[in-house]
Amino acid sequence: MSALTSLTLKAALDGLADKSFSSEELTAAHVEAVAAAKPLNAFILETPEKAIEMAKASDARRARGEAGALDGAPLGVKDLFCTEGVRSTACSNILGNFVPTYESTVTANLWRDGAVMLGKLNLDEFAMGSSNETSAFGPVVNPWRSEGSNSTLTPGGSSGGSAAAVAADLCLGATATDTGGSIRQPAAFTGTVGIKPTYGRCSRWGVVAFASSLDQAGPIAKTVEDAAILLKSMSGHDAKDSTSLDVEVPDFPSFVGKSVKGLRIGIPKEYRVDGMPPEIEKLWEQGIAWLKEAGCEIVEVSLPHTKYALPAYYIVAPAEASSNLARYDGMRYGLRKDGANLTETYENTRAAGFGAEVKRRILIGTYVLSAGYYDAYYVKALKVRRRIADDFDQAFQKVDALLTPTAPSAAFELGANSDDPVAMYLNDIFTVTVNLAGLPGMSIPAGVDANGLPLGLQLIGKALDEGTLFSLGGAIEKAAEFKTKPAKWW
Amino acid sequence: MAIDAATVRKVARLARIAEPEEKLEALARELTGIMTWIEQLNEVDTDGVEPMTSAVAATLPMREDVVTDGGDPQKVLSNAPKTVDGFYVVPKVVE
Repeated sequence: MSALTSLTLKAALDGLADKSFSSEELTAAHVEAVAAAKPLNAFILETPEKAIEMAKASDARRARGEAGALDGAPLGVKDLFCTEGVRSTACSNILGNFVPTYESTVTANLWRDGAVMLGKLNLDEFAMGSSNETSAFGPVVNPWRSEGSNSTLTPGGSSGGSAAAVAADLCLGATATDTGGSIRQPAAFTGTVGIKPTYGRCSRWGVVAFASSLDQAGPIAKTVEDAAILLKSMSGHDAKDSTSLDVEVPDFPSFVGKSVKGLRIGIPKEYRVDGMPPEIEKLWEQGIAWLKEAGCEIVEVSLPHTKYALPAYYIVAPAEASSNLARYDGMRYGLRKDGANLTETYENTRAAGFGAEVKRRILIGTYVLSAGYYDAYYVKALKVRRRIADDFDQAFQKVDALLTPTAPSAAFELGANSDDPVAMYLNDIFTVTVNLAGLPGMSIPAGVDANGLPLGLQLIGKALDEGTLFSLGGAIEKAAEFKTKPAKWW
Repeated sequence: MAIDAATVRKVARLARIAEPEEKLEALARELTGIMTWIEQLNEVDTDGVEPMTSAVAATLPMREDVVTDGGDPQKVLSNAPKTVDGFYVVPKVVE
């Protein structure tokens, strides 16, 4: 059945449309692949019966001529999205066996278009992490390995389960979320495509909140076109999210393959950081050459406040998280650890339920919001955030999109950065600026390093201009001819 | 900005997270490391800069003030650690 799991989403949808196979056959092949991939720890909850049931319903719809845009395609869902009747944990012990009685808007949109759910995917606890090691279910293992080595690598984070599952052909695509790089960095580490759309493009309703002014959902997929198909279904205005944008959803797939001739591409000089591996520098130069060959004009631009994005993020995100996570009090849902009185019950519940990184961020957030520090830290960070957004505004007066590396390294070994929080935070150095400014960013696999591990290039676009990113991403994908897959060892 | 154990104790109390005394010193060192790294923000001139409170320049939408959902206590209570007769059961709040 491996022929069916190695298809792209587009090829699978075409095969379903011309009746080469049924959704039940396609889904069964993926259910089998998921069941055989336990060593990756990508799926933390498999829903095979539900998947087959949804696939049969899809086949019936297709027979009636009522097939939707994703009809019959088996997908994975990051366990940050609430799924009705299916346990949703954010990979935290504090949610325990939480079973939502409602469906997130983004997943509801996918099911509306006929997609099939294979199960729930692993992530860093509450999406706080860059290596998937903070998950209460243990880390995901990257399907990629360094040549000649058996050591286990991180798939990146927080959407490590989504990225690993797509890279290992366990699903045709997956939902993910990105607060500081959580879609793009794992995509880069696994040779997959990931796009974080403009803030407000996808509804946040039913997605477990981390930092509400930064959180955005998006897809991880095998190709640029697949990502466009998925994002089109996931997007759209939702009255249940007050920051959801009431704008038309463009036909994203129609932008893939469009000529990029004459587009101006900015190269931000501040992204040439000290200690960046020469291979990443080389890949970036290669990306510039590819876009030049495709007819783009290359322009050097300056984003002078880039180096302040991460420290600003590590005030804004923990501040919002400390407020959002106040809801986990052990009273209405999730874990409760009784104490001698109400306060002690709160304190025991939260001490037992949250992991070390989540506690660390709640403490930082509480500290920067506390009396006497609010102006010095929180308001200061919001002002720096404005400076960073202004940098982009100025750059986008001269260019149509920016090209940068996605991450400062290839996938690293599990455990390599776990004792130094700041070293771990530096993984998001190229991605976090985009979240602060609310802009769309996409990672495209573009090459491999000396150890045979995938590397990604990032495209950053103007607000609501994902279309241009899909055209440029398609051009890079075509030039890079990145077809390598991880050798199956699991 | 050095954060000491007493500050961690206070912040953990505010955040309602029980942190054992023996962990406070280590946490203080960790948080000091992170906050020292964050201090570089002071290099940025932000005089006259308006704080950015939203990622999109949109005003919050208004809607009719009508009931759109509800009336299903079973659903609301279905994940509660403790319930009795359609109510949440919580520890004694007023002594």
